[in-house]
Amino acid sequence: MAGLNIQDVTKRFGDHLAVDGLSLAIEPGEFVALLGPSGCGKTTMLRMLAGFEQVSAGEIHLGDTLLASAHQHLPPEQRNMAMVFQSYALWPHMSVADNVGYPLKLRGVRGADYQRRVGQALALVALEPYAERTPQDLSGGQRQRVALARCLVTDPAVVLLDEPLANLDRHLRAAMEHSFADFHRRTEATMVYVTHDQSEAMALADRIAVMREGRLVQWATPETLYRAPRTPWVASFIGQGSQLMVAAGRPGQRLQEAELMRGLAAAERTQPVLVRPEHIHVQTAPTHHDVTARVERQTFRGERFELHLRLPGGEALLAYHPHALEEGQQVALILREGWCLEPDQ
Amino acid sequence: MMTPGLTQGSQHRWLLTLLTLIVVLLSLAPSLRLLAEALSDLTQGSDAPLWRVMQSAGTWRALWHSLYTSGLGMLIALTLGSLFAFVITLTDIRGKAWLVFCFMLPMMIPPQVTALSWLQLFGPASPLLKSIGMAPPLGSSQPLYSAEGIALLLGIQSAPLVFLALRTSLLSLPRELVEAARISGARQSQVWGHIVLPVTRSGLIAGAAMAFISSLGNFGIPAMLGIPAGYYVLPTLIYQRMASFGTGVLAEMAALSLLIGVLALAGVALQQHWMGRSRFGLTGHSGRAHDFSLGRYQAGVTALLVLVLLVILVAPLLALVVSSLVPAMGVPLSADTVTLGAYQEVIGRQGATWRAVSNSLWLAGGAALVLMLCSLPLAYRLQRLPPRLQNLTLSIIELPYALPGVVLAIACILLFVRPLPLINVALYGTLGLIFIAYLARFLVVCLKPVTASLAQLDPSLEEAAQLAGAGPWRRLSTIVLPLIAPALFAGGLLVFLLAVNELTVSALLWSAGNETLGVLIFNLDEGGESVLASAVSVLVVLMVASLMLSLSLLSPRLPKGVVPWQG
Repeated sequence: MAGLNIQDVTKRFGDHLAVDGLSLAIEPGEFVALLGPSGCGKTTMLRMLAGFEQVSAGEIHLGDTLLASAHQHLPPEQRNMAMVFQSYALWPHMSVADNVGYPLKLRGVRGADYQRRVGQALALVALEPYAERTPQDLSGGQRQRVALARCLVTDPAVVLLDEPLANLDRHLRAAMEHSFADFHRRTEATMVYVTHDQSEAMALADRIAVMREGRLVQWATPETLYRAPRTPWVASFIGQGSQLMVAAGRPGQRLQEAELMRGLAAAERTQPVLVRPEHIHVQTAPTHHDVTARVERQTFRGERFELHLRLPGGEALLAYHPHALEEGQQVALILREGWCLEPDQ
Repeated sequence: MMTPGLTQGSQHRWLLTLLTLIVVLLSLAPSLRLLAEALSDLTQGSDAPLWRVMQSAGTWRALWHSLYTSGLGMLIALTLGSLFAFVITLTDIRGKAWLVFCFMLPMMIPPQVTALSWLQLFGPASPLLKSIGMAPPLGSSQPLYSAEGIALLLGIQSAPLVFLALRTSLLSLPRELVEAARISGARQSQVWGHIVLPVTRSGLIAGAAMAFISSLGNFGIPAMLGIPAGYYVLPTLIYQRMASFGTGVLAEMAALSLLIGVLALAGVALQQHWMGRSRFGLTGHSGRAHDFSLGRYQAGVTALLVLVLLVILVAPLLALVVSSLVPAMGVPLSADTVTLGAYQEVIGRQGATWRAVSNSLWLAGGAALVLMLCSLPLAYRLQRLPPRLQNLTLSIIELPYALPGVVLAIACILLFVRPLPLINVALYGTLGLIFIAYLARFLVVCLKPVTASLAQLDPSLEEAAQLAGAGPWRRLSTIVLPLIAPALFAGGLLVFLLAVNELTVSALLWSAGNETLGVLIFNLDEGGESVLASAVSVLVVLMVASLMLSLSLLSPRLPKGVVPWQG
């Protein structure tokens, strides 16, 4: 197993900087997500890893092998990688078994060994009965599993996944998320997963690279991203929460209840702080020295109500509450903790 | 108060339905008349025209010649067309737009001009060869007056058809299918053999079928190269019999036409079948070139394509230009001999030449205008038909275009050889008959871009206008018309381009004083006036190229596929 090392990689299309000095060190066997809104350069980065795009500057290494630099470009077929495409990319003129076995054929695997390995790969995605069908006969989820089987048949060093769930309905997505996690556990391959869906990335990845306008904004585990997002933009992109200005703390510091409540009451407030809704305690009977807010709107979410609150200073705040409240009602708030953000670049 | 049956909406629908019915009948009438004539008197047994034709050795010889030249031409078209389609669509070769334009030009140049320019290129009298001192000795034969010569030119003329069919197929091949193979470990050459070729094979076969049908119906090339050598294919056989015996042999000619018609329609059916097979229902990012990297072969491959274009396009056109500048055939071109006399003759003198040019311009312009006027309401009505009925109607309208021109011409003669009943007007031997034949033949050319454009139009645009209070005629003129105007205009231009150079139909329908431009070139060459014919042809090529360029300029505002040489 070899790690994937991305050093200062830049990609220019004409005047447009699609990827701007991106550096990531991916451990062997790690499941990594590239996360960001559309147009952030995540797919371009993936295509550079695969070798479909040349890098404009920087280097990509797989273990000790130089895959790509401004002067050198190893073609995709020599990188020992595999890829799952958003559109599945199954060849319509081949049966399911032929699709899965194609990479083996190219590596000169023949005969009984070939049959066994194709059978194993199909068994792993539970598609053995469909071996002789054409891809057109399969449903979306089945096609995606064929694509997955094709990936794992050759034990690639790296598996690349380009928004593999984007074309599936919500129900199938949940099932496929399980198969991906399962697949990763069994193969122990290094996986790079591109998505714009933060919940998908959080559910699957060991580490997430959050990208914006071609740059890396934060590179951390899902838990760190949720608990300690670096900037206001990341904070608003991942999970729910409200951002307030306080007169306390400095970027990268966690504020506890007393400090946070004091900072909120002060006059000169310059530090942005993220408060997650689960850290807000709502009381329905305010006394005069509490921080109060007005209930503007509420949304029923089954297990609880989401309250959209408005502070006297005009700031919006999201909180949870087990019961329905009156719209326009005054409530008292206790903010248990908050996370200080550094300003966006 | 209006009765419910006569509201504005239903009046509108009835008028359009009536128009559609008339058009369908007019499209069907020639074929039905031909069928009736060919199958008439079958009860006479071996004396019936169909049997007489079937028993004649000349028929079978011409049929074999047709199949041989078209088959060989198809192979040449397949080679040239697939070379250009694969290289231009799949690789990162530079100057794609120009390569495509130059490769498509031979399809748009009328066949008689192609034949003439190649005749000027080879042979002992070639002014070009004479000028560079490479002409074969006098008395040696013209190598193009042969079956292989005909096949070569048919191949060059129909190669763009293969190119287009294959290119469409290649462009609809999603990029991911190629990338998935690359990352599975396939080299570029393996990707081509394992993925690209199998997936686009049906496009290749469909293109080949189209090239075959088009060659089978071609008249200009076998007429100019075959008749001097006594080598007859089916269309030239009909022409020659009609020229010698006149309308007396119409029944037999109808039987012969039926034979070509059936062959051509079988080819169309084959092509439709394979086009259907090529639709895999592919998903992914298609419509993009695949950018196989040519690397160190870039210069070599570019040189090969340019060389092919030099041979099939530039050299014959150069020969044509040289021929138009010499005082007489056989005189080498030099500073002393160069003359614009032929052009002065063509443009300056108010003779047969000028008459033919103005006839063709009037016919083509008139046909384009009338067809543009019909196409919008017709397409609008067709779009509201159930899909199966719509396809059937489109097939009927396409029939006069799909049939070889000779077949349509014979059918039109049969329809109009007697004066029209009731009004007692004789159309046979007038420009009117050619005009009607052009309308029937080119309607589908004008209609196709309009239906394509209408199909792309979001129905809610019209629904919004309807809610705003616009009646059907107003919606048609203020919402639909402005949006599809570019497609309508493009359709009209295409009709003009094809009609102004038309030879096959007019060769059988013209009469003294009613020549067309196509017939003029043919007659001038037959009468030995090659220099004048070359001058007219040079002007025709210039006109074709400039019409093609103006269509290219229009293409950003048109649905995909309307301008044939732009993907």
